[in-house]
Parts: sequence; structure tokens; C-alpha cells
Amino acid sequence: MSHDSSNVARPASTHADERGDHVVLDQVSRVFDMASGAAVHALGPVDFTLRRGEFFSVIGPSGCGKSTLLECIAGLSAPSGGEVLFEGKKVCGQVPEGVGVVFQADASFPWLTVWDNVAFGLRRMRGMTSSVVRQRVDYALSFMGLSGFARAYPAQLSGGMRQRVCIARTLVMQPRLILLDEPFGALDQQTRLLMGDELLRLWRETGATIFLITHSLDEAAALSDRIGVMSARPGTLIDIVETGWSKDRDSSIAADPAFGGVTARLWSQLRVESMKSMGSGVAA
Amino acid sequence: MTAVSGFRRASVARWLVIAGFVLILEILCRTGVIAAQTMIPPSDMVAALYQMVMAGDLNGDALVTFQNVGAAFVIAVASGFAAGIVIHALPRLRRVLEPLFASYYAVPTFVFYPVLLAVLGMGNAPMIAIGTLFGVVAMIVATLNGLDRIPPVLVKTARVMGMSVFATAFRVQLPAIAPYLFTGVKLAIAYAFIGVIAAEFILSGHGLGYAISYAYNNFDNRTMYADMLLIILIVSFINAIFQEWERRILRRRGL
Repeated sequence: MSHDSSNVARPASTHADERGDHVVLDQVSRVFDMASGAAVHALGPVDFTLRRGEFFSVIGPSGCGKSTLLECIAGLSAPSGGEVLFEGKKVCGQVPEGVGVVFQADASFPWLTVWDNVAFGLRRMRGMTSSVVRQRVDYALSFMGLSGFARAYPAQLSGGMRQRVCIARTLVMQPRLILLDEPFGALDQQTRLLMGDELLRLWRETGATIFLITHSLDEAAALSDRIGVMSARPGTLIDIVETGWSKDRDSSIAADPAFGGVTARLWSQLRVESMKSMGSGVAA
Repeated sequence: MTAVSGFRRASVARWLVIAGFVLILEILCRTGVIAAQTMIPPSDMVAALYQMVMAGDLNGDALVTFQNVGAAFVIAVASGFAAGIVIHALPRLRRVLEPLFASYYAVPTFVFYPVLLAVLGMGNAPMIAIGTLFGVVAMIVATLNGLDRIPPVLVKTARVMGMSVFATAFRVQLPAIAPYLFTGVKLAIAYAFIGVIAAEFILSGHGLGYAISYAYNNFDNRTMYADMLLIILIVSFINAIFQEWERRILRRRGL
């Protein structure tokens, strides 16, 4: 089945930054005030730039502030210090137009059918006619292989399919930046690999910039143009690894001789940080 | 055996148990094991109810009772829901009130009936007040339970979609807590019936509760059991509607 590519997002040239920077993080940090009165320094300072249209993943030990970083970029959490710029504008207090987020937890609305779930955000957009909503939703369902389940409720779907519903719901909004917080964390390995391929297909077709948080070294290495490695808490970026893969890659890239080199480099750093995070302090 | 056929079998078995119980009562009453002064046969209850309904004897009392139950139910649900939202938003207040809610139904609310009479007078207000007092806490607790269990990711999703606080409350949070609210609504209707009819026994000069009490005091078993049967049938009917509605909502959600 052919897809009408006019239905999917393309980076708006009107927003194009002259240097190709899509998101800029400048000295971003986050400190949480606990109920006990203590302050927990969870993140930063973090400096880096997301290039327009790239696939960027972040890995790091548990509790290093990966999700906090994503929430700062999304505008779901205000940084305690520094600033985030999306398309040259400061992100403050709310999620900017053009940003979509997919969470690890199932975020489908259980009282709505798959079709209504996907249409939910679109119907709230100003100036959206019902025919455009129908066209975009039908396309997104087709793209995610959910056309046969449009009238089903989330409870009737597997975990992987529910996550595809959430991705489709993000896709219809035609975001220019898609943030994914361990979206496949609850899925089995086989489904993760296939979902990774779907994500690459979506990325190629939409041209959106993708920022993926993951625990999986293999997933990061197979999907990404660049991978940021975070330190133990407070999380900072200690390395950015360029994979050099071609754009039309899929999960079979794992058979590439260079793949092992990428994962080995990631692991060599992540191992040290994970041990710090576990409290051993030994980095043998 | 599929879940559906299992459900049907359970439903058939339930009806058989009820039918068997009614049949046993019929036999015990007809054979004189249960004296006519104590209970009339179920078939006579049905006949008496039919005659009273056709003659319009119940219209006045039934109307009063259902108006009072309806008022108590609506006030309990609306005020319980509103109070639940406020208490949920104020954790300190919640810490104070929650232990009181836990022991609320251990307090016999009827002991306050002299106070209610003194404050609200002899009209329908004391009946509605007792029905409301019975149901409101169930609704508050159900609302708190629901609000506690809204997955945070749904609210985050609403924020990502740029929804206002108002839109998030009505389009996301309210549907998310609907199954819990249903529990509160079901309890509120049951408690409203219990409170109002019991209050009519002791506080009122009209209503089905009063009619049962009047018939009992005059050894009019036929009227008394017909009134009781009417209440049982109507409460069961309302409960069945809510059960079916709830079942459909929960089935969609895989619960």
C-alpha cells in the first residue's frame, strides 16, 4: 500500500536554523527539592545540540537523569539552571508546538477506540477539519499497521500494539521533534527490534528530529546517528558517539562489523558509570 | 469454557437460586409451616402488588419516596464528587479526614434524627438529609480512590497536547476515574434508598417506608409485603441498569 507522503511532517523551512541546530541545551541542570528539605541534584549541567533531522539516542546508568533531561527538552519540567532552545525559541513552562512525546508507560486512553485515541490531539488543533482529521488518522494507522484495529479498544491489544497507537497519536500531530522515553522498555526483545525498524521508517518518512532515551546499548547503536553517554547522577554528557550508519538502515545493521565497535565503546564508558551508580566506585 | 459462557452459566445459576428460594417460601407458606400472620406466599405478594398498582394505591407514597431518594442521591453524588476533588487537592485536610471516613459507617446516623427534626422540620428535608448523609461519604471515598489512580502519564500526555487544566480535567481525568465513580454512584443510590426508607419508618407520615410501618402496625400483611416487594423490584431494577452500564465500561477497558 502506498502512502501519501504529504500527510507526514517535514521540517518547516520557516523554522530552519542557519546552522541546522534544532534544539540547543545550554548549561541545563535540574535540582529537585525533596519533602525532607534536602535538595537532589539530578541533572547537569548539560550542553549539547540536536541537529535538525538527526536520530539522537541517550544512554546512561539508572537514575542518571535521562528522563529528566527529556522532560526539560519537552517543556514538561523547567530546568533549575540554564536554558533549552527549540528552533531558536526558549522552552519555558509548556510543550512547544511541533514537539511530540512518546512515554515508556502505556499512555493510550482506555475509554477510547484506537481510532479515537489517534485522533484525540488532532481534534483539539485549531482549524482542523473533520476530513483532514480522518485523512491523517487513517494514514497514521496504516503507517503503523493498525488499520485493522481502528475500532478496537486498547485493552484488546498487545503492549507493542498499544505503544504503536501512542506513536501513531504522536505522528498525526506532525511533530518536527519527537522525544521518546524508553518507548520499548516494556516489550520483549523481538518486538523491540521490529519496533525499532518501524521507528526508523517513521523517522525517514517524516524527516523529524528524534531524541530517544533507552537502556539498550544495541537499540541505541542500531537506530542512532549519534549516541550521547550520560554519567552517573548528576547526569552530564560524557561522550557523544557518531555511528556513521547510512540513513536507510534497519536492525540488520547489528551484523555490520562496525556495530560491535560502537557497542563496545558505549559499554566501556557505561560500565564505569553504572558501577559508580551502583555505589561500588570500582571501575576495573 | 469461554468467559462469556461462564458468565451466562453463572447468571442462569443465580436466577435458579432466586427461583428456588421463592419456591421454597411459597411451599412453606402454603403448607402452613410459615404462618399467614408472619408471611404471605410470594404469589400472593405479587397479586397484592398488582392490585395495588392497578388501583393506584401506591402512587402517592411511591412518588414521595422516589422524589426523596432521587434528591438524596443527586445531592450525595454531586457534593461527594466535589468534596472528593477538594480533599484530594488538600493533602493536609485529607490526612485529617481520611480516618474519619474509614469509621464513618460505624456511626449509626439515625441517632441524629431528633436533631434533624429540630433543625429541618417535619417535611421531606430530614429524609433527604439522612439519605444524603448515608451516601455522600461513599462518593467522596470513591472519588479519592479514582483520583489516586489516574496514571500520571495520561496527564503528561494531555500537557504534551497543550490541553488546558479544564480540558484535562474533563477530557482525561474524568473518563480515567469513571470506573471508580461508578462504584460511588452505585453505593450512593443504595444508601439513598436505605436512608430514605428507614427514615420514613420513624420520621414521616408518608412514603413507602411509612406505608410499610403503617401496614405492619395494623396487621395488614398483604399491603406490607406488596410494598416491600415493590421496593425490592425497583431497587433491583435500578441496580441491574447500573451493573450493566458498569460492565460495559469495564469490558471496554479490559477490566
